[in-house]
Amino acid sequence: MNSPAREAILQRLRRGTPGGARPAPENPVRRFDWSPEERLRRFIAALTAVRGEVILVGDDWPACLFSRLQAKGATNLRYAADTALGAELVRAWPDRGAIALIPHDQPIEACRTQLFTATDASLTGCLGGIAETGTLVLWPSIQEPRLMSLVPPIHAVVLEADRIRSTFHEFLVEEDWAGRGLPTNALLISGPSKSADIEQTLAYGVHGPKELLVLIRAGRGAADPHLNPPRDPTAALAGALA
Amino acid sequence: MPHSARVYFFGTCLIDLIFPQAGLAAMRLLRREGLEVIFPQGQTCCGQPAYNSGYDAAARAVARQQLATFPEDYPILVPSASCAGMMKVQYPKLFAGTADEERALHLAARVHELTDYLARVLDWRRPDLGPPLKVVLHHSCSARREMGVSGAAADLLARLANLEVVEPDHTHECCGFGGTFAVKQPEISAAMAADKAAAILATGARVLVGQDCGCLLNLGGTLAYGLTAKGLTASPRTPDPQAPVVKHIAELLWERTHAP
Amino acid sequence: MPPEFSVRVGQALDNERLRRNIRRTMDGLVAKRRQAFPDTHELTVLRRRGKLIRGQALANLPDLLLELEANCERNGIQVHWAETAAEGNALVLDLLRRQGARRVIKGKSMVSEEMGLNHYLEAQGIQAVETDLGEFILQLAGERPSHIIAPAIHKDRGEIAALFAAHFPEYPHTEDIEGLTAIARRIMREHFGQAVAGLSGVNFAIAESGTLCLVENEGNGRLCTTAPDIHIAVCGIEKVIARLDQLPPLLTLLTRSATGQPITTYVNLISGPRREGERDGPREVHLVLLDNGRSRIHRDQQLRATLRCIRCGACMNHCPVYSRLGGHAYGTVYPGPIGSVLEPQLQGLDRQGELAEASSLCGACGEVCPVRIPLPGLLRRLRAEGVGDGPDAGVPGQGSRRKVLHRLIWSLWRQAHAHPPLYWLMTRLATRLRRLLPIGLGPWARTRTPPVIAPRSLHELARAEGFAHE
Repeated sequence: MNSPAREAILQRLRRGTPGGARPAPENPVRRFDWSPEERLRRFIAALTAVRGEVILVGDDWPACLFSRLQAKGATNLRYAADTALGAELVRAWPDRGAIALIPHDQPIEACRTQLFTATDASLTGCLGGIAETGTLVLWPSIQEPRLMSLVPPIHAVVLEADRIRSTFHEFLVEEDWAGRGLPTNALLISGPSKSADIEQTLAYGVHGPKELLVLIRAGRGAADPHLNPPRDPTAALAGALA
Repeated sequence: MPHSARVYFFGTCLIDLIFPQAGLAAMRLLRREGLEVIFPQGQTCCGQPAYNSGYDAAARAVARQQLATFPEDYPILVPSASCAGMMKVQYPKLFAGTADEERALHLAARVHELTDYLARVLDWRRPDLGPPLKVVLHHSCSARREMGVSGAAADLLARLANLEVVEPDHTHECCGFGGTFAVKQPEISAAMAADKAAAILATGARVLVGQDCGCLLNLGGTLAYGLTAKGLTASPRTPDPQAPVVKHIAELLWERTHAP
Repeated sequence: MPPEFSVRVGQALDNERLRRNIRRTMDGLVAKRRQAFPDTHELTVLRRRGKLIRGQALANLPDLLLELEANCERNGIQVHWAETAAEGNALVLDLLRRQGARRVIKGKSMVSEEMGLNHYLEAQGIQAVETDLGEFILQLAGERPSHIIAPAIHKDRGEIAALFAAHFPEYPHTEDIEGLTAIARRIMREHFGQAVAGLSGVNFAIAESGTLCLVENEGNGRLCTTAPDIHIAVCGIEKVIARLDQLPPLLTLLTRSATGQPITTYVNLISGPRREGERDGPREVHLVLLDNGRSRIHRDQQLRATLRCIRCGACMNHCPVYSRLGGHAYGTVYPGPIGSVLEPQLQGLDRQGELAEASSLCGACGEVCPVRIPLPGLLRRLRAEGVGDGPDAGVPGQGSRRKVLHRLIWSLWRQAHAHPPLYWLMTRLATRLRRLLPIGLGPWARTRTPPVIAPRSLHELARAEGFAHE
């Protein structure tokens, strides 16, 4: 938008920048020779350090999610109806009476109150994970809009283990975000919502989810039989990835 | 690094008038290592007080006098990281684009902080002749940051067998001197000095040693006066009989290695 | 008229509770940052890169702003330019009025503090609701942030509990931090469910993709930028970076320097309003680019380094002055070393020049700055500009701190130290009359035993001991 302010600001700035454009400085991606197991181990360690919960799952992940949500006292779960993940969920959901499944298939205007006041948990997929920081990469879509990962008190995410990369930098460069073009609202999520604004003491669930539950799908039919975050992730991984 | 036989000594204005014994001890230490120590009588002050106050023209005029006083290609040893930093780091900036730029660079390249020169270049080692003693070491901010030589003072003290060396709590923090800062913002400065003095007292050491007389002037004056209420951990005006004696590191090194 | 700086300093130093709260927090943040950078080589590499990336952005600033504008508009983000805080406020007001908003929910934004936006909107009948927990607490208390990252750290849980009890008597009194947080969550949820308009700052604006990056831990920023119908982002013009792949190094520098976190809970990359078919997100996104003095700072090659700042707050966490005073004593939006460099340039040396003196130049700030802003050097430069001895880059109030008495003193000092014979005479007099001299009088001696001049100067002792003097 042209405006007098714009022209005046640019003119002043041009006086301070004679000469040609300065090229971008060297910015190579720092590479780590982490194996897939090492990336998974680091991802779990970093995410659990910020109070994310991790379950290693297989194709029976809906049952795993169900029992975990039941233990947390959730009575409903909002999911993206028109996604493959949603279809898997519905197919294998053990008991709709105990935890109701709410399809999220309307504009926010039609479900705002329900989302804000009557949803216990939500399920989304994600684009991948970042080992270094225990981060989930979400590219919300038409089917899986952004508020799903933000408003309900429990946010559950299914992550494919082979989609964990070492660093954000690597993720963004290898998958050519700049070239592909970004979605409306790309997100990095590392743990549940928290604040340290009072005495620098961490408190969780300030505005966003109080709990972040990450189901890592390690491979076909290799569910974690105990449904618990592994005490020693490496040992559990050996089995999970076998 | 091979060391040259002749060195200049820049005594600093503070040592000249308030702590000359520290300068003398430093020169004796150097002479004992076989160096010919030259103390040009034309030296005055590095110019830092004016420079840090923003009076660049006055600082330049005084700094120019030092450029003229140390013309030969000898190392210039300075028993203060703050003044050394002024000459080594700031002179090239102060004279950038002036006719004296080259002279400033020539001087800057030869400036060494005393403890750094002793520890690294001369590899100074002498038997400790003194009795067992606990000392608290205060690093100046200039030594730690601007000059990056604060390891040298600790190294030198570690070479004295009978010393127990400790550092105060919050050792990385400034003592509150800051030259004219102590006069322009006296309350903040006093609060910083009181906290540092309290941390020093808490070590129970009998001697406070440092490589910068500005800090020592500030801390010695504060310890002798007694801590004020502005120091968070201190009670008002209670001079502590256990307060450590304040010494420049050169004095301590000389005292403990010199047989009278 | 707020009290003088020296008065505020005295009040802060006398407030033991304040000093305890601040010190505790600063010590904690310093320790967390140290733990977050265990690899000093990596830190060195990152800081150099951060400096170069921000330096490149500033060197190409006008072109990058145009690129940002073009890409934002391609994405559907409407871009507005404001030369002053007043212009920025008027732009925001106009956008809110067009939307019919009576209330705007706000994520944490220091630029909006700089604009005085909340007060301006209140006066126009629009309620601005701070949703960041710390900012929410301060809004209840009617105070300004005392730290750019942790705005309410000057208050302890007891003070906050009392504040909540006074404002929300319907909730049970608690001093439990989880409990206080839960109360804030419940109150805020009502706002988020209903809000028409949201406002946020911007941490980085990425030119090549037209993306606004916001980092936060609470989720309130995401709510403010996602739940309402309209999202307005206010952003200093210096916040732009050229490329998307420059974001990761800056992000990691920012969060690790600020709070020692490897990453914040949320990194929010906004590249447009709700697109066709999408089920949530604001229908309009507006970016207000604020100059407010930045383009003037940009003109001077040395002072320009000020604009590299990524607002991590590490300089204040490590500053011995800030950690004793807290932010309020500075009397400015941006406190601490970066505030003491930025505010005199924004507001003028005549108004805020004394802040440049509020530093012992210990160098702790420059040592930790993730983009290597030479803060001590800039403070010194501003002192020189204040007394009219600098290169004069058009800093407002240049020369306004020149005082006749000070000039006289420095002139005498210069004479004495630029002319050795005069110096010898003075030092001889001083050593001989040492008991009579009023040395160390004044503020120095209010808290220190004054030093005593030695009976013989080092010049004399060196001669007496036979040291050569060429």
